[in-house]
Amino acid sequence: MRPFVYQRATDPDTAVQVLSAAATANHPLTRATAQPLAGGTTLIDLMKLDVMRPAAIVDINPLAQGWSAIEPGSERLRLGALAKMSDVAAHDEILRNYPVIANSLKLAASAQLRNMATLGGNVMQRTRCSYFRDVSYENCNKRNPGSGCAAMDGVNRMHAVLGTSDQCIATYPGDFAQALIALDATVEVTGRSGTRSMPFAELHKAPGNTPEIETTLQPGELISAFVVPGRWPRSVYLKARDRQSYEFALSSAAVALDVQDGTIRDARVALGGVATVPWRAREAEAQLKGQRFDDRLAQRAADAAFAEAKGRQHNSFKIALGKRVVVRALQQAVTMEI
Amino acid sequence: MTAAAPEPKANMGQPAPRYDAVAKVTGRATYGSDMPLDNPAYAFLVTSAISKGRINSFGLDDAKRVRGVIDIVTHENAPKLKESKLFSNGGYAGTTIQPLKSADVAHDGQIIAVVVAESYEAAREAANRVKVSYTTVTPSASFDSPGTTKAAAKGQNSQFKEDPKVGDFAKAFDEAEVKLTASYETPTQHHNPMELFSTSCAWMGDDLVIYEPSQYVYGLKNGVAEQLGIDADKVRVVNPYVGGGFGSRGSMTPRTAIIAGIARRLNRPVKLVPTRDQGFTIATYRAETRHEIKLGARRDGKLVALRHEGVEVSSRPDPYCVGGTKTTTRLYACRNVDSLVSIVRADRNTPGFMRSPPEVPYLFALESAMDELAVKLSMDPVELRRVNDTTSEPIAGKPYTSRSLMPCFDEAAKAFGWAQRSVTPKSMSDGDWLIGYGCAATCYPTQMGPSAARIRLQRDGRTRVEIAGHEIGTGAYTIIAQTASERLGVPLEKVSVFIGDSDLPPAPVAGGSNSTASTCSAVMMVCDRVRQRLFKALMPNESLTDKAKETVGIGQTPTTQAAKSDRPLDLEKAFDALGAGVVEEYGEWKPEGAPLDSFKAMHSGHVRLVGGAAMKDKIAYAFGAEFVEVRVNRFTHEIRCPRLVGAFAAGRIMNPRTARSQLMGGLIWGMSSALLEATEIDERTARYVNDNFADYLVPVNADVPGVEVILLSEQDDHINPAGAKGLGELANVGTNAAVCNAIYHATGQRIRKLPVRLENIEV
Repeated sequence: MRPFVYQRATDPDTAVQVLSAAATANHPLTRATAQPLAGGTTLIDLMKLDVMRPAAIVDINPLAQGWSAIEPGSERLRLGALAKMSDVAAHDEILRNYPVIANSLKLAASAQLRNMATLGGNVMQRTRCSYFRDVSYENCNKRNPGSGCAAMDGVNRMHAVLGTSDQCIATYPGDFAQALIALDATVEVTGRSGTRSMPFAELHKAPGNTPEIETTLQPGELISAFVVPGRWPRSVYLKARDRQSYEFALSSAAVALDVQDGTIRDARVALGGVATVPWRAREAEAQLKGQRFDDRLAQRAADAAFAEAKGRQHNSFKIALGKRVVVRALQQAVTMEI
Repeated sequence: MTAAAPEPKANMGQPAPRYDAVAKVTGRATYGSDMPLDNPAYAFLVTSAISKGRINSFGLDDAKRVRGVIDIVTHENAPKLKESKLFSNGGYAGTTIQPLKSADVAHDGQIIAVVVAESYEAAREAANRVKVSYTTVTPSASFDSPGTTKAAAKGQNSQFKEDPKVGDFAKAFDEAEVKLTASYETPTQHHNPMELFSTSCAWMGDDLVIYEPSQYVYGLKNGVAEQLGIDADKVRVVNPYVGGGFGSRGSMTPRTAIIAGIARRLNRPVKLVPTRDQGFTIATYRAETRHEIKLGARRDGKLVALRHEGVEVSSRPDPYCVGGTKTTTRLYACRNVDSLVSIVRADRNTPGFMRSPPEVPYLFALESAMDELAVKLSMDPVELRRVNDTTSEPIAGKPYTSRSLMPCFDEAAKAFGWAQRSVTPKSMSDGDWLIGYGCAATCYPTQMGPSAARIRLQRDGRTRVEIAGHEIGTGAYTIIAQTASERLGVPLEKVSVFIGDSDLPPAPVAGGSNSTASTCSAVMMVCDRVRQRLFKALMPNESLTDKAKETVGIGQTPTTQAAKSDRPLDLEKAFDALGAGVVEEYGEWKPEGAPLDSFKAMHSGHVRLVGGAAMKDKIAYAFGAEFVEVRVNRFTHEIRCPRLVGAFAAGRIMNPRTARSQLMGGLIWGMSSALLEATEIDERTARYVNDNFADYLVPVNADVPGVEVILLSEQDDHINPAGAKGLGELANVGTNAAVCNAIYHATGQRIRKLPVRLENIEV
């Protein structure tokens, strides 16, 4: 780890000021010389590994008083970005009306990490690609733009099959983001010119030719809240992984359904562990909407979700696995008693 | 009594709480890097980013500018060290690849520079700023890489003496009524003990003290002295607690002499705490193996032919191999046996001992094949083992000193509910989960080595036991204290134990599961000498002395009832008669059949283990049987292992609490080895990719909801005075096969390559 200046942000404006001053135009925010610190569970890790080398850290935890509320309402759910994962996962109304959110959080990381990690930090979690996290590998377009991708023909069992480019196949590792993108959440962002909202689906950027740019956040901008419209009691987060706990998804599905009289009126499907960004499977949703549910329909939806998937040497299994996870998540959602 | 402290059965000691329990749970136990040093400098390693090639140059300017940097040591300015030979070649080292000697790089993550600074943080920062220019040569990563060489182990590894064979395998296999040929693979694995591979070296004039987690303080002391070119008496290794070893700390790694050399040059203590990922390349590991098993049997299940061929990976310069055929060719009755072990050399760091080194990969192959044979024969796999059970090994016909394999199978089967299984594969399920039951035999050689001990008994009963054994988490303190307490007839709480210090009387390496048998046998012998001194003082006439000798049981006499019958010794009176307040005795014990140079070797840090299949007229193994339930999700194909049941017999159980803990840990490790653990190697670069705890998976609590350990009574008077068979490496042997056998039962799919991942399942 390299020496850095530690600053506590007493109010959002100061935090935004300091962070925006440290960002340079046309430079990825992840390389800005000042970085925000919330739970610290990703940033500190990457600093120890010498992957991130900020000269200053702006501790935004003092903003928690305004930014950590959990506010369920009849029309929408609002979650402060500094709410702890564990608090949201255990919240009664979220368990009842948004099981996909509660479970995506509960099945992530470990109890200790969930107690520290915040929602905003969680969606910003960076990839677990081994080649990205080990600076002794020169070839990483995300860490070292233009240097190539060691994972492309390396050990890539954990890597993505959707949203990849010839520059990067690193998987977006989180779980909660799949719930947000499935439920059409918006994200509230606080920056130099105040607060703006955008669809959560527009927050992350697929790697394309610039895998070093991971989000659409502007210099200085901080996530202050998430807003989820409606209620989704018929929703499921299914996560397949190598061990029973404390492990990233090999494949996961966030599914939310609105079923009336046996007909699917609305369907939401998002995929985790298989894509470079939080992945909304709209093709799958299109198969489901307006149909009566049966296993063949679920299979058609799953096939549609992975129609564009591209496997590499060690991760092709994720395509078949991902489809089965989607099918099972749909079956579970349909049969939920609510 | 609780599950953690099982009721002792016949020939078992008391489940005394751990001697070091309070120190450990309160954080007072001091591990190597906890030892206070006077004004230490901090070292941080720079390791190679290539596996084969040369260093052209270093760019050190940026690193040297970091405030607090004292020196950056590379091959251009490193202290000169003498070469150390491989442990199996009369030396002490686990590798002969000596870093910082030249610009050559022989494996991934080789130490290429050491940054020394005023703080750990400065050393680490500067290490991150070191730039290295390499000339890279394409390396050979493993079995299937171009450029490797392959040759028989026999003739190149002096510890691999024979490829066991008997009878006429080819003919018998050819004529067998039922035949099986199958190939198996096991992966690269790393020990990952919790305590990192630290070392701290402090000189006091010409004397060196090393604080380092070691499983062999005498070996390390002598090895470092040899490399530094100083007298071994000038070196002391101290490690009262070791945070796990699993074999990784049995032989010397290059780091110690390097740090000692730097400390000598700086005239200042130097402390090194490497990172987790550096531990993958600066120490040893379990190399990947491949196997072909051929079994021929009669319709009734009797084996008539058995062949086991194993191939292992090692480094270019060192012929390390585990050669488990010594066990697999002797486990079952069979008249025609053949075997061959070969070594493939690749551009890798030298592998080494890892918990049950030979048995884990080789029994995975054999015990999987036995299950496959049982399927072919439509036989209960337990009954197939029964039909082929034997009281003598088939190669030379030597008798097993004791063998409770089938009692273990029967006890474990009963506790597990084996009889309730539906025999047909894929016939049991629960909701989304297919259920499978599987079992396998487990075994581990009983080994002993020469050991010394010094024991001091005071008038008030306070006892001090000194022995350079090792507390690697196994319970060494506890059982040594129990042994002295029982043998001297003093209360357990009056016994103090001092281990983990090379200034103490020598003990063998804490490897090969020999520690209990060796150290406790030595402690028993020296306790007897203490008693004899007191008897002689109290009753100085001939017949009483004889009685003392006879009843306290000296030398090679097995434990039996000898010590217990001597309670009448009155300490107060005996000390009065002696005219002293303290009796102290030092003694050296060696096992039956130990080589002539045993005691000399013991002091010079050379291992002289005897036992297992290598004994002259007998063979000694501990046995067990393991049953597992696996669940395979029909949708995700996730594999979980909700129940592990093992029954084990290992001679005298010194302490059922610590024994259970060892065996439980072994079962969990075995499951982990079958389903989770594998070091991934990038074929192109021969580099380890998942060299951290996030990517190298080990089980979490949720993965092991049910583990049951059953201890069977067994008495064996033909092994060592303590009557104990090592059990630290017994439980993780059979589990790999048991898990795969259960997966077969759950899914109908036979998996012959570890670890089993969900993508390997085709339901």
